[in-house]
Amino acid sequence: MTEWIAALLLMAGSLLMMLAALGAVRMPDLLMRMHATTKAGALGSGLIMLAAAVFFGSAEVWARVLAIIAFIMLTAPVAAHMIGRAGYFVGVPLWGRILRDDLKGRYDTDNHSLESPAEFNERRQHEDRRDQ
Amino acid sequence: MGGFAWNILLALIWVAVSGNISGAGLFTGFVLGYIILGLTLREVPVFSAYVRRVPKIFMFACYFAKELVRSNLRVAWDVVTPTHYMKPAVIAVPLDARTEGEIALVANLISLTPGTLSLDVSTDRRCLYLHVMYLDDLEETRAQIKQFEARVLELLR
Repeated sequence: MTEWIAALLLMAGSLLMMLAALGAVRMPDLLMRMHATTKAGALGSGLIMLAAAVFFGSAEVWARVLAIIAFIMLTAPVAAHMIGRAGYFVGVPLWGRILRDDLKGRYDTDNHSLESPAEFNERRQHEDRRDQ
Repeated sequence: MGGFAWNILLALIWVAVSGNISGAGLFTGFVLGYIILGLTLREVPVFSAYVRRVPKIFMFACYFAKELVRSNLRVAWDVVTPTHYMKPAVIAVPLDARTEGEIALVANLISLTPGTLSLDVSTDRRCLYLHVMYLDDLEETRAQIKQFEARVLELLR
């Protein structure tokens, strides 16, 4: 019985990992590739670890598996955030059908600081007044 | 987190007294310690807050697991079918989270839920910029994210 559950979890996990890899190829731009790899990658590796825990069943394996899953959940989004941000910063082109882009023009290219919408609007108003 | 530390201490005492040094023994001790704290020390604010928080964390873990599966299925469907159904956008969402820890946790959990990916936090920490994969309605999406944030903050505060 546990072997069947472990096998099922392994299959589901590897399927998700394959989808993540396929997504990295098929998605139209960098940010959407990060979507595919972050979520499917995290859940896929989590399921594979769960399969190991179910198969071996001992408390020490469970403890390690839960720790590994917790760390994957904590670190995968951080990596995605850093890659996505870096990509945006160096100007990797976004997909043509993007609906809106609130980040546009908000970065200060000299010191990498990022304005909030309120600050951005304030600065715009200020510049408009100066131009008039 | 005083309640949690006391619960761990009670679990360790249970392990020592029962002589059952194993993961299962520790877990039993933890559950018993939780029940004892819940029954006997309800009047102490630290413990009552802790006792109420544990079920909430458990509920949130279940809700989050469900969301994780749902988000994966939606993205997976878009990956395997030839048509792209995406309506991507980068949007700004004002943040209620204040401390670094809160912002980090909220941004991380948002990255793991349906079709949203945190990109950056504004330098004044007021606003989170995120990439949304399926933007049907801007206000609705924002409201969903705010609701999710409120759920996370409820666990932390």
